[in-house]
Amino acid sequence: MLVEEIMNRDVITLSPADTIEKALHIIQLNRIRHIPIVDKNKDVIGIISDRDIRDAAPSIFKNSTQAIELKNEIHTIMSSPVVTVHPLDFVEEIARIFYDEEFACLPVVRKDNRLVGIVTEKDMLQTLIQLTGTNVPSSHIEVRVPHRPGILPEVTSIFGKRKVNIVSVLVYPYRDDPSYKILVFRIQTMNPLPVIQDLRDAGYDLMWPNNIAGPKQ
Amino acid sequence: MKCSAGFVFSENTLNYHFHEDHPLNQKRVMLTKELLEAANLLPSQSIISPRMATEEEIALFHDIAYIQAVKKAGKSQLLESEALQFGLGTEDTPIFSNMHEAASYVVGGTLTAVDAVMQNQTMHALHLGGGLHHGFKRKAAGFCIYNDGAVAIKYLREKYDLRVLYVDTDAHHGDGVQWGFYDDPNVCTLSIHETGRYLFPGTGNVNERGIKQGHGYTFNLPLDAFTEDDSFISVYDSAIKEVAEFFRPDIIVTQNGADAHCYDPLTHLCSTMKTFEYIPKIAHEIAHDYCGGKWVALGGGGYDMWRVVPRAWGQLWNVMQEGQHLTGKLPSSWLKQWSEEAPTTLPEYWQDDKEIVSIPRKEEITEKNKKLLQSMLKYTKKIM
Ligand SMILES: [Zn+2]
Ligand SMILES: [Zn+2]
Repeated sequence: MLVEEIMNRDVITLSPADTIEKALHIIQLNRIRHIPIVDKNKDVIGIISDRDIRDAAPSIFKNSTQAIELKNEIHTIMSSPVVTVHPLDFVEEIARIFYDEEFACLPVVRKDNRLVGIVTEKDMLQTLIQLTGTNVPSSHIEVRVPHRPGILPEVTSIFGKRKVNIVSVLVYPYRDDPSYKILVFRIQTMNPLPVIQDLRDAGYDLMWPNNIAGPKQ
Repeated sequence: MKCSAGFVFSENTLNYHFHEDHPLNQKRVMLTKELLEAANLLPSQSIISPRMATEEEIALFHDIAYIQAVKKAGKSQLLESEALQFGLGTEDTPIFSNMHEAASYVVGGTLTAVDAVMQNQTMHALHLGGGLHHGFKRKAAGFCIYNDGAVAIKYLREKYDLRVLYVDTDAHHGDGVQWGFYDDPNVCTLSIHETGRYLFPGTGNVNERGIKQGHGYTFNLPLDAFTEDDSFISVYDSAIKEVAEFFRPDIIVTQNGADAHCYDPLTHLCSTMKTFEYIPKIAHEIAHDYCGGKWVALGGGGYDMWRVVPRAWGQLWNVMQEGQHLTGKLPSSWLKQWSEEAPTTLPEYWQDDKEIVSIPRKEEITEKNKKLLQSMLKYTKKIM
């Protein structure tokens, strides 16, 4: 999956000469936590977070309405240079940036540094939720299989024979044992029992549920 | 407390039948009725004959295009590709002859129960053929064609302008009803079910709380797999009482699926009959405390149709009719009548032996469910 598929294209930006007060207002009004700072060419030159503002103008959070710090220009507090990503970067790669660095927001740029979108940690998690969760009514099945070529089509053919639609497939490692994998399926049925029986008959181990092998009764 | 209650039933309940091997078998409704009759708990004057719902009534919730598709499907006039986009002709909801008529009787039965209560014919009414909570506006799902509960709630809103509390204790999330009223502040839905982590349909997370005007009127309690009686009962008790106090309904509609039992083949909850005695007991109290007794109870899931469903639904009726559940032995005539046909040994008592469940990690599961309950109830306090 590519960054351009999950990025937010409607980005609110500020110029470096805008005041901190303006930034504070925008953040509160739009309930956002980051604003990229761009120059006249729309090139990203910095970024500020709600935390930067809070650190810069502590007195406004103590009920003083006319905090002098608020009149300062943004470039005095923005983070720069900025780590940016490209629309064609893989989502998996930027997940690593979020993990390694302490950013919660990455501007997406093209050409030199022209802003085309942003991705937040929240977008990233949302994608993960979608990948591992469900958006259509379905049941979840986990099968432990030997780690060898051709195993996936063998298992999925069982679903095919039962005319059960597969909504998603994930492949996990099985603990520390490299000779097995866990296959996780979400299948579009309320009655997974026939498929489960077929999988058992074919000799596969079902992890069912809570990673306990075997049936309920 | 002796209350008046109506039992909506006719033989046509059995026409809602996909095929012999399908897990949903409405014979369980008949088994329940005969169990109650054998125990002299169901006098014939309590039985109310259902009517068929009209197309206009079904269209209170469902799209006309979907109703047309169901009608065509039941007459073998629907193309496979067309059928699939309406969720028809799948393993879960296969097409059968005259399915529109059968499903209209399900909706009609539930509307009959609503009318019985609203026209003061009875204080409480039960329709065990209903509770098909997975039906969507324009899609069949999870063994459900028309969503009788959702149609009935629309009907209550439009015809009687009542504020409706819908409480769903089926082991599966009551998704069809929830999404149908997700933006409606006059319909409060509470669904307590096994987490969708493993189980169909996968939704019903605690953070699904409604949208727009309806935000804060959707409640979900996704219980851990292997949840047993004590934990279920404790969270159910707090949940329904606090939600009722917050919402103050005019009428309560309950979906009483019986698939949270440890014998149920499709789910992983570990209740026994104790839970199924407690669920109607508190719903009954709520009906009298807030709704002047107005309570419509529906069936739902329940796939151990011999050992679990007749007793669970029998006790539901006993609470509606007598104000309390029964103890002791099941009538021997009923046991004798069915023991041969039943593929398993029938239980001899209304209550289960405690021994039938032994669950791993009970303490942690109880803890986790309690934590979810607190998270779910956050909003009941804020708005007041
Ligand atoms: Zn009563
Ligand atoms: Zn169910």
